[in-house]
Amino acid sequence: MAARRIVVTSGKGGVGKTTTTANVGAALAQRGHRVVLVDADIGLRNLDLVLGVEKRIVFDLVEVVEGRCQLRQALIKDKRIENLAILPAAQTRDKTAVSELQFADVVTQLGELCDYVLIDCPAGIEHGFRNAIAGATEAVVVTTPEVSAIRDADRVIGKLRERGLSLRVIVNRIRPEMVRSGDMLSVDDVTDILSAELLGIVPDDAEIIDTTNRGEPVVLNVESRLAAIYTKIARRLEGEVVPFTALNPPGFFERIFGKAG
Amino acid sequence: MFEFIKKLFGPEPSSVTARERLRLVLLSDHLSLAPDVVESLKGDLIEVISRYCEVDVANCDVTFEQQDKQVAMLANIPILGMRSRQAPRTPEPPPAPAPPPVSSTPAAAQSTAHPAPSPPKAGGAGAGAPRRRRRRKSGGVAPNAAPQAT
Amino acid sequence: MLHDVIPQEAAAPDAPAKPRGRAIVVTSGKGGVGKTTTTANVGAALAAAGASVVLVDADVGLRNLDIVMGLEARVRHHVLDVLENKATLDEALVTDKRVPQLKLLAAAQTREKDDVDTAAFRALIDSLRSRFDYVLIDCPAGIEMGFANAIVGADEAIVVCTPEVSAVRDADRVVGLLGDTRKVHLIVNRLRPELVRKGKMLSVEDVNAILRLPLLGIIADAPDVIVSTNKGEPVALDAASPVGSAYRAIAERISGARTDAPAIPRERSFFDKLFGSR
Repeated sequence: MAARRIVVTSGKGGVGKTTTTANVGAALAQRGHRVVLVDADIGLRNLDLVLGVEKRIVFDLVEVVEGRCQLRQALIKDKRIENLAILPAAQTRDKTAVSELQFADVVTQLGELCDYVLIDCPAGIEHGFRNAIAGATEAVVVTTPEVSAIRDADRVIGKLRERGLSLRVIVNRIRPEMVRSGDMLSVDDVTDILSAELLGIVPDDAEIIDTTNRGEPVVLNVESRLAAIYTKIARRLEGEVVPFTALNPPGFFERIFGKAG
Repeated sequence: MFEFIKKLFGPEPSSVTARERLRLVLLSDHLSLAPDVVESLKGDLIEVISRYCEVDVANCDVTFEQQDKQVAMLANIPILGMRSRQAPRTPEPPPAPAPPPVSSTPAAAQSTAHPAPSPPKAGGAGAGAPRRRRRRKSGGVAPNAAPQAT
Repeated sequence: MLHDVIPQEAAAPDAPAKPRGRAIVVTSGKGGVGKTTTTANVGAALAAAGASVVLVDADVGLRNLDIVMGLEARVRHHVLDVLENKATLDEALVTDKRVPQLKLLAAAQTREKDDVDTAAFRALIDSLRSRFDYVLIDCPAGIEMGFANAIVGADEAIVVCTPEVSAVRDADRVVGLLGDTRKVHLIVNRLRPELVRKGKMLSVEDVNAILRLPLLGIIADAPDVIVSTNKGEPVALDAASPVGSAYRAIAERISGARTDAPAIPRERSFFDKLFGSR
């Protein structure tokens, strides 16, 4: 059976698409699925960096499209998580190097090799975005609870719906204490405004910065609360109904001694 | 009254402000992004007004603007003249003696009875040239507007 | 009788030529690092200090400068309307609610970046320079057409970068694309000194060891930026905000009113955390 092809997009840059793609993909792979992550951000690739495979890139997406290598040669298998591979973007080209049809074709071919293809979409709604969605049948829209991000997510949701893609939203970097004090929009605010179904709620957590620095998906740390959250997102993608846990603001001592969140 | 109560309890939390601003800006964005809906709306609006006035269809325009706390529709509909008979939308007592029934569709033929262009009945001065008339609709219905067809 | 055709904007013959304004593009490569917030706040600070400033949103289709400034309800026309002669520049410019010397030229929301004619955009920036002391251009994320158009016409650039590996990598790419003819400065945004101390975040030196740019400012991560965007009130206009103070210092370095190097923000103290202050 061909794979599910999911694009992870947002409109606004910097809300966590790459982090989400890496961690949700890793969580799915930990649960036994064969997963390929595709970096569609040609020219500004970062999926490789987040996964710590940047030194192992031999071939990239553009070279596959141009026929200079086989698809399998360009795939980099993760050394820590079985069943996880990544197809990196090119760094020194630009997004017009690949057409929508070519991109869709690569994703279809990948779909024959695995259970899930997750496509890391670049920011914006230009050529790179159009390529990234060309290969997909479903979308995950990542947003933060901030005005600009929600506005951009809304625009992207409009474009996704025009294309007939089903979509769900992840609200990223929520700060429960700020929601409580009325200084930040809540998850309900976000899903109401966007009229979209919720896939996950991820709290703001400095652990992500640290793990990205080290090129390790956060799901590798089984004690991490973020790992548990990404695993729940993976389960919801599988179709399981998993309740959302209420996020509590960090306690008194956590605030003093600098626990993240 | 609500504004007074809000002032009593201090400035509103910024998340409430944000929610409201987003609601309006997205409404505005969506309206601009739905040209087919706007076209249908414009067509319907012109059709209704044409029952009462002769209208310069080619120069009609409908836009949406965000104004502080609401999104308003601005319709620019140049009026060339009033029709001699308005198409009745509410039941009226039959006049005696009853004249032949008037068609309710704004047929082009109706306009030939008028010397054109002539200033509209309502409103102020404006000689000769077609008069631009702005109508604001922001949710409510203007007092003398015809009942909306559903 | 013969009439000379008089161009609309011709100055009186004896008036001294106004020095051309500075056109500065605010860019980053990586999205979400604070370009729009920086454009809004640096612009507001420069204008509050007396300069005439116009902010130009080059993010066609995903505009946000208007909403960050709290001016979204006042936008009637946008850049493309001006470039396509559907509106005059004066009709499109929105005056800020709080600082009258500050104006906004919004992006189109329902168009695409490819719709912008590069040469016409450059001409627009040029004509803005003859009217304003500062033209600040908010660049979209990425390095596609939107970026290419935004940098045209600007001979100075501010690169905004957060102390994270992806952001540094993207900023490095952008610096390469900006070329040698522009003056490029760096702002490091959303620094968390306590994480730097624990070795969990790159330091400013780490970032600049790679980018090697003159440093215009260092801004600590703070929640008041989120609140200010919620309200549509730039923090640079808030005398009590440390982030506002950082932006005001950046504006002074740009105008030459101060020439000191930016200081690393101090960590939030025990008492700051205890009492929840920023």
